[in-house]
Amino acid sequence: MLRKASSLSLFVKISKLNSVVSNKSTESVKVTEKTTDRKKNQEEGLKYPTANFKLNQYEMNAANKAVEMEMNVFKITVVLNKGCVLKSARSFIIFQSLEKHAEIIKSEPRVEDIEDEKFDFEFTVVCVTREGQGVFTKDINSIAEVDEVIISPIEEWISQGISEDGKDEPLNSINEVFSDGDGSLSPENMKSSEGDQGEQQHKTKTVKTVRVDIDRLDILMNLVSELIIIKTRLEGIDSVNNIERTQSYTEAIEYLERITTSLHDAVTKVRMVPVELVFNRFPRMIRDISRELGKEIMLNMSGEETELDRTVIDEIGDPLIHLLRNSADHGIESIEKRKELGKPTAGHIDLRAYQDGNNVVIEVGDDGQGINTDRVKKKAIEKGLIKKDIADNLSKKEIIEFLFKPSFSTSDKVTDLSGRGVGLDVVKTKIEKLGGVVEVETEIGKGSKFIIRLPLTLAIIQALLVNIGKEKYAIPLSSTKEIIRITPDQIKLLQKQEIILLRNSVVPIVRLNKVLEVPDDGNERKALTVVIVRKGDKLSGFLVDSLIGQQEIVIKSLGVLLSGIKCIAGATILGDGNVALIIDVNSLAI
Amino acid sequence: MVEAKDAQGKQYVVFRLGNEDYALDIHSVTTIEKPMIVARVPRTPHFIKGVINLRGEIVPVMELSIRFNLTPAPESEETRIVIVKVGEASLGLVVDEVEDVLYLSKDSIENVSNYSTDLSMDFITGVGKVNDRVITILNLEKLIEFNESGS
Repeated sequence: MLRKASSLSLFVKISKLNSVVSNKSTESVKVTEKTTDRKKNQEEGLKYPTANFKLNQYEMNAANKAVEMEMNVFKITVVLNKGCVLKSARSFIIFQSLEKHAEIIKSEPRVEDIEDEKFDFEFTVVCVTREGQGVFTKDINSIAEVDEVIISPIEEWISQGISEDGKDEPLNSINEVFSDGDGSLSPENMKSSEGDQGEQQHKTKTVKTVRVDIDRLDILMNLVSELIIIKTRLEGIDSVNNIERTQSYTEAIEYLERITTSLHDAVTKVRMVPVELVFNRFPRMIRDISRELGKEIMLNMSGEETELDRTVIDEIGDPLIHLLRNSADHGIESIEKRKELGKPTAGHIDLRAYQDGNNVVIEVGDDGQGINTDRVKKKAIEKGLIKKDIADNLSKKEIIEFLFKPSFSTSDKVTDLSGRGVGLDVVKTKIEKLGGVVEVETEIGKGSKFIIRLPLTLAIIQALLVNIGKEKYAIPLSSTKEIIRITPDQIKLLQKQEIILLRNSVVPIVRLNKVLEVPDDGNERKALTVVIVRKGDKLSGFLVDSLIGQQEIVIKSLGVLLSGIKCIAGATILGDGNVALIIDVNSLAI
Repeated sequence: MVEAKDAQGKQYVVFRLGNEDYALDIHSVTTIEKPMIVARVPRTPHFIKGVINLRGEIVPVMELSIRFNLTPAPESEETRIVIVKVGEASLGLVVDEVEDVLYLSKDSIENVSNYSTDLSMDFITGVGKVNDRVITILNLEKLIEFNESGS
């Protein structure tokens, strides 16, 4: 009886899941703001769907302040010609033109969607300007492929009220909107100019949707279908014979377990988002900052395709902004100074993201002046955080730790950007909240590098599955250079180390079956498979019994108790439910 | 036997290893599983059998008999893996048979030093007596303390 009840609820859940997944795969990515069913105040609301929106609290405040400062606030709807092919390019030109005389505080649809051409032929913006509306009508109408321009001043439509999803923003940020003279304003740019306004309680970047790879949805769909199959099978089990029935049930349950594990993994994968989402506004930000500071700064980014869980992406933006600003403000020297030092006039900031085993590492490095540990030490003593005699005995690493203490800043000037001493400790706290750590590498005169290491709730890598004895192992594909087959006699001995010759270079051999203490399955092998792996510049050859193939695997931690094991980086659950261990290439390579 | 929890005693999961009964505080026990395929993990102490796939989670499994320097019994119909949780760590313990959930009052538990067994005294917090049964109560924290060299 009990079994029937629980299986009933399972069936209900399965059909619910099915409907969710099929809905997801037929709809395109939703825009967060609800546009379509708002109450229409004006006639044009019926004619121009994108003109129908309410301002949230923040935007309302910005608009009100503009009116106070005797500026104009206009709602401008632009309708493109239906023959327009490159809508995003055309929109970009229109935005540029608008930004010559105004600051855009809202865009419907969102800027990102316009850039991705996720709109029909019309969009609406709300902007703040000192000019009259005639200027815009003329300017925009003179752009090719623009069919219509509808402008209405704020007083006509402001009565719509505030939308439900408004949030209270700190007033400081609104001041920044208006004092920011020339920088053009787009919704995301405003959010990034928060910088270190102290504890940032708002989450302006809350995009409550995720862009999902269709492939991942297909996998989800397949898994749900399998669930349905197993459900049908369970329903069908009705044997008179008790033993037979139990056995069928057990088989079905085992299969069910496998599917649910895969389903769980697939759904978690769906939540993974490339860091690109956070990184993509940084180039703009750095350009603005370098202009502001009068320095020349180049931002190099790499590893944007590295993926992180949705929630981590949301949280990692602010700390990164702060670190980038620090590099720009305190790290990179002025153009004259750099010339003096013989450095290239353009300072470099490197932003790298990559996966390292079960972690994602994000590095913010610059080639600036580095951190002056003596100054840090002096400041710490000044602030009474430590006594002089103890301070003298501290290692460089320990001194740098002081930077992360609240209210610590060695900057003589407190600028708008940084130096207020409220930044680095917030960065550290945020990172630690995500379960990560922050490290600093620095050298006076050469530069500094902040390294953020975040654990992954889910780590997916491409791996090579191999057989060693009767056991299966996974070798991360990123460390693999090539795979060769050799005969036993090709293995030579060079100063007690087994090696092979690979195109005239010597490659040491590691017999994995010995190192991993794999029980001998007694098979004599005539042909051996060697997986050539890379450790830095050096190559090693891992001797395995045979290859299974390449597969995308989910890295699972071995758990707290076994995490100290040197040669094993983790485990993965294979399609058949069995566990394969992941080889830690770095510890086994020679 | 469903006894109300009172300050004087606790409930224990009682299991058998060889000929002896052992007990674990019920609060540390998460689930009891039937034996399943264990993947061997190299460079682990010899009492670590390997890891299992427990509904998507990787859980290490310890052969308790080997931990206690006893001869492991062959797997039988009653063999079970008792999944326990100590702090953040989960661990599976292979036992010959899970017998009871019993309530042991504080009075019925005697201090260790009165007995001598083959076990390292560290693993035992006491010995309980119920009717005629002698049940050794285990110290989980000590059980999970081990390093790679297998001490």
